[in-house]
Amino acid sequence: MAPIISISNLSKTYATGFKALKNINLEISKGEIFALLGPNGAGKTTLISVICGIVTKSTGQVMVGGQSIESGYRKTRQMIGLVPQELHLPIFDTVLSAVSFTRHLFGLPRNDAHIEKILKQLSLWDKKDSKIMALSGGMKRRVLIAKALAHEPRVLFLDEPTAGVDVALRKDMWNVVRALRDEGVTIILTTHYIEEAEEMADRVGVISNGELILVEEKKALMEKMGQKQLNILLDTPLAALPKKLTQLGFVLEQSGQRLCYNYDSKHDKPDVAKLLAAVAGAKISYSDISTQQSSLEDIFLGLVKQ
Amino acid sequence: MNWRGAFAIFEYEMKRFFRTIMQSIISPVISTVLYFVVFGAAIGSRISQIDGISYGAFIVPGMIMLALLGQSISNASFGIYFPRFSGTIYEYLSAPISAFEMILGFVGAAAAKSILIGLIILATSYLFVPVTIMHPFWMITFLVLTAVTFSLFGFIIGLWADGFEKLQIIPLLVVTPLTFLGGSFYSIKVLPPFWQTVSYFNPVVYLVSGFRWSFYEVSDVSRNIALGMTGVFMLACLAGVWWIFHTGYRLKT
Repeated sequence: MAPIISISNLSKTYATGFKALKNINLEISKGEIFALLGPNGAGKTTLISVICGIVTKSTGQVMVGGQSIESGYRKTRQMIGLVPQELHLPIFDTVLSAVSFTRHLFGLPRNDAHIEKILKQLSLWDKKDSKIMALSGGMKRRVLIAKALAHEPRVLFLDEPTAGVDVALRKDMWNVVRALRDEGVTIILTTHYIEEAEEMADRVGVISNGELILVEEKKALMEKMGQKQLNILLDTPLAALPKKLTQLGFVLEQSGQRLCYNYDSKHDKPDVAKLLAAVAGAKISYSDISTQQSSLEDIFLGLVKQ
Repeated sequence: MNWRGAFAIFEYEMKRFFRTIMQSIISPVISTVLYFVVFGAAIGSRISQIDGISYGAFIVPGMIMLALLGQSISNASFGIYFPRFSGTIYEYLSAPISAFEMILGFVGAAAAKSILIGLIILATSYLFVPVTIMHPFWMITFLVLTAVTFSLFGFIIGLWADGFEKLQIIPLLVVTPLTFLGGSFYSIKVLPPFWQTVSYFNPVVYLVSGFRWSFYEVSDVSRNIALGMTGVFMLACLAGVWWIFHTGYRLKT
């Protein structure tokens, strides 16, 4: 599928000399959910800000929908909706007037039905006449999303949309994001909640120190790098592991209370029966067996540490 | 051209003015009445006429200019500073709107508000003194040009300022003294020659002169010079705003 966003050799150096982005190359397909992961200060917000026109790039090229973000800025910005990280809102305005203002600012005529639809979708309709300053933090974040959707964008940037939002509201927002994806909207989200990326994203990009160190299909990433662990919970803690079990690859964890066997879920096919027979042969009794797949968080932490 | 976007900014800024409509109208009316009491009745009673015009009537254009300059600067500077302060500027920067359209919205609204206040002061003046406007077209021309020029200047201050106190520094330390020393309440012809020469370096002299000429056909400098100088100030402010948007100064990093 043709990319809706195409970034080539993008770099950004601030006036202070800080290199926020280093030679970024990235293509994002139409209709996908792309999660950008990275620690604080990695360059996630700078990357989004450059695409949206808030920060000027130093070098490189960014195309949105086949248009340059500079020469075709009217067209590219018309396609983009941005939910910023901070709660930057006109606090003295009502929800309805703030959302309507954005639509007009983006050059579109009044469309009460559309505004009503997005306010209802975000459970904001009964708050439409409330002043924004009277809303809770979670509701304010919804207003930011409503504003970003007011001009019917084809690409939506969510910069840490669920930071400081409770679990119920977070799930609601994920539903909204899924509904938007079903309507064909491309979504790029940055997040600290790895579970968010794990649950939502089609592809994941990891950015660290201004460099895009990995871009991968989430499933492929999990498969490629996913480690699996076989855990055997022992009845009585062991002081040391019998040599035979060490040779098989077992390690002792949790003060001798758990036997662990790590393997690559994609490439290794461990003979579980043989492993368990070896444990029984060593006269070790156990009460529980479980397996555990490494999460995106483990993969992410592993990558960033490298 | 994103007319809707420019109008949305204009409308939003005007709403702010109308939200506090009583404050917006009462404040200039009270100031006008006070000026008439102090300068018109108390001091003016000792001054018979200037250039054949009663002192009370003579100060009307100056009073309007005084309010126009102050209001244009404060409206425009606050208009653009507040989104920067609250962070909502991101929305303007990420919208498909050009620098020209943004200026049209912000500066247009600031100028419109100050013109309205100028007209309210003019209407109030009619209650106290016999005001005549000999050249209504030129009166409106000077009113609009001055409002737009100083709204542009206010816009620059609003972009330059990085704190609320800085918003006040230029109006308080530069514009108000220049306005009071710019012949708002007197003709600079009454000054000693040296101070007359110094006054010609004060841009407000030209604005007040041109504006007063449109009322009574009396002025310290000719209409065309006043018009030319107003145009020069406007071009200087436009150049400043162009530079800001070109370089992204205080707007983009």
